[in-house]
Amino acid sequence: MDIKTWTWILVGITFTLYIGIAIWTRASSTGDFYVAGKGVHPIANGLATAADWMSAASFISMAGLISFNGYDGSVYLMGWTGGYVLLALLLAPYLRKFGKFTVPDFIGDRYYSNVARVVAVLCALIVSFTYVAGQMRGVGLVFSRFLEVEIDTGVLIGMFIVLFYAVLGGMKGITYTQVAQYCVLIFAFMVPAIFISIQMTGNPIPQLGFGSSGSDGVFLLDKLDGLHRELGFHEYTSGSKSKLDVFFITAALMIGTAGLPHVIVRFFTVKKVSDARKSAGWALLFIAILYTTAPAIAVFARTNMIQTVSNKKYNELPEWFSKWEKTSLITFEDKNEDGRVQYLADPLKNELIIDQDITVLANPEIAHLPNWVIALVAAGGLAAALSTAAGLLLVISSSISHDIIKKIINPNISENGELIAARLSAVVAVIIAGWFGINPPDFVAATVALAFGLAAASFFPAIILGIFYKRMNKEGAITGMVIGILLMLYYMMKFKFDWFGGGSKEDWWLGISPEGFGTVAMLVNFTISIIISSFTPKPPLAVQEIVDNIRLPNDAGDSALH
Amino acid sequence: MNKKLHKKYWKENLKYLAILLSIWFLVSYVFGILLVDQLNSIKIAGFKLGFWFAQQGSIYVFVILIFVYIRLMNRLDKKFNLDK
Repeated sequence: MDIKTWTWILVGITFTLYIGIAIWTRASSTGDFYVAGKGVHPIANGLATAADWMSAASFISMAGLISFNGYDGSVYLMGWTGGYVLLALLLAPYLRKFGKFTVPDFIGDRYYSNVARVVAVLCALIVSFTYVAGQMRGVGLVFSRFLEVEIDTGVLIGMFIVLFYAVLGGMKGITYTQVAQYCVLIFAFMVPAIFISIQMTGNPIPQLGFGSSGSDGVFLLDKLDGLHRELGFHEYTSGSKSKLDVFFITAALMIGTAGLPHVIVRFFTVKKVSDARKSAGWALLFIAILYTTAPAIAVFARTNMIQTVSNKKYNELPEWFSKWEKTSLITFEDKNEDGRVQYLADPLKNELIIDQDITVLANPEIAHLPNWVIALVAAGGLAAALSTAAGLLLVISSSISHDIIKKIINPNISENGELIAARLSAVVAVIIAGWFGINPPDFVAATVALAFGLAAASFFPAIILGIFYKRMNKEGAITGMVIGILLMLYYMMKFKFDWFGGGSKEDWWLGISPEGFGTVAMLVNFTISIIISSFTPKPPLAVQEIVDNIRLPNDAGDSALH
Repeated sequence: MNKKLHKKYWKENLKYLAILLSIWFLVSYVFGILLVDQLNSIKIAGFKLGFWFAQQGSIYVFVILIFVYIRLMNRLDKKFNLDK
């Protein structure tokens, strides 16, 4: 069977599975809709968190980013996993003990202020919308590349599927669909990786394979470093970015991960505090399987690619080359007209431009793997994009129906009314996300990475101080959040979109890139919050009791509250 | 009495956090970034050690850290009778 038939079959089976799960796990109350009735098993929640977390970017783009940047790509590996240590140790257990539905819930109650709540809702919406647009686009891209349908049609199909299970099932439906999606995506990621690892090194474990030697007895990484030197690139295993910038980007990604509302809210869905800790552990374990494999794929793909094309005759290249040329993910221009491909670091002599996404998408073809394995990658990419999109849509819809409608506009709304409002907001959110997917604003690609900076600059300090610093009051937290997110938005608009006079790399403050600036904005947020709070009144006694209470894992301190 | 006990529980918790987060910082920011060049002169199989910490080792340590934290906290909860 050809690749396309295989792809239709696998995508068809997985989509039927998702819809089936959605029907089986319909939400019947707001508790079901927002936090899956708080009855999710820690391992199931770990699986769901992993799928929620690993987006189209993790699945499709990350291995490519590492492949093209070598050591510099480590920022994503450490940044997007290290955040879970912060989540598990500093946030998840306490927020679960607090036991409401959303992150703005915590901010609003802990800082006894609807202003704080609204600021938190706005931050959650900014972060989630920048992120979700990229996911819908990812769904469209996978459809168009593997199934040759229009990107827009692909986005519409994706919208329909997400709409179906997010609106019907709420968090409960999303959770169990995400469990299935994790299984699909990890299988789709690992099978090609294992095949290629065996092919290139004889070792079936990719994590060990990329530190072994190939059939010629040379260590793979040494060979790749050698190829890079020959072609004029910087050595694969050492970096070209400044240490300071690598440090700050890693920190921004870690802290941003811990501050992303769609990740935090997953820890509200388990039964008790000890389960929240456990599910953070399981989540990171499941994520680590993909994240430790990605750098191996990066090395295999990079070596394979250079060896297949570098200095080879253009008309003797394998079939996949012309296929991916059609999608313009590969472009070749024979500058010196010798009929051979010169792939070099020097932009004047280089004749080949390769999109980094090809690392995962074309890797199985480059390695001559069977058709069903190639088709699996499409199903995996869709699972990754859909699961993340659904998680984000839930945050958006609960922000509107719970944090704004129920908590601010109409506190007397009935349970049923709120559930209807939640479903309607989910529909609206899907439509807006789909619109962004079909008409992607130029800034989408740039902002997805920056969503982390925004989360780090806004939520993280307010939540941490809310738990670990009893003296923190609303004046400090609100000023901190507002200044943190504005500072981050300013820096990102100035250096990414050329607003406010723009600026180039030389103008970066202390040489810190916009991607790493979230760390600076977060530190500013912390400092301002603490300074302001020391000049303004203490939080009321009842709030101090909330803090005492969330620090204990069981209900021993509860009597003081009620 | 109860309050005192809870304070003690919280102090113990903070101590665990300080130790675990120091290790978290050490394997990623120190081994993987600040000292990466020095560690790269050590080689284990095909891996330069600094590079390995940045792309593999730190992630394994992160996973272990969380599971150690889970064990420590479960024990602590039991000790202070907060595990019911």
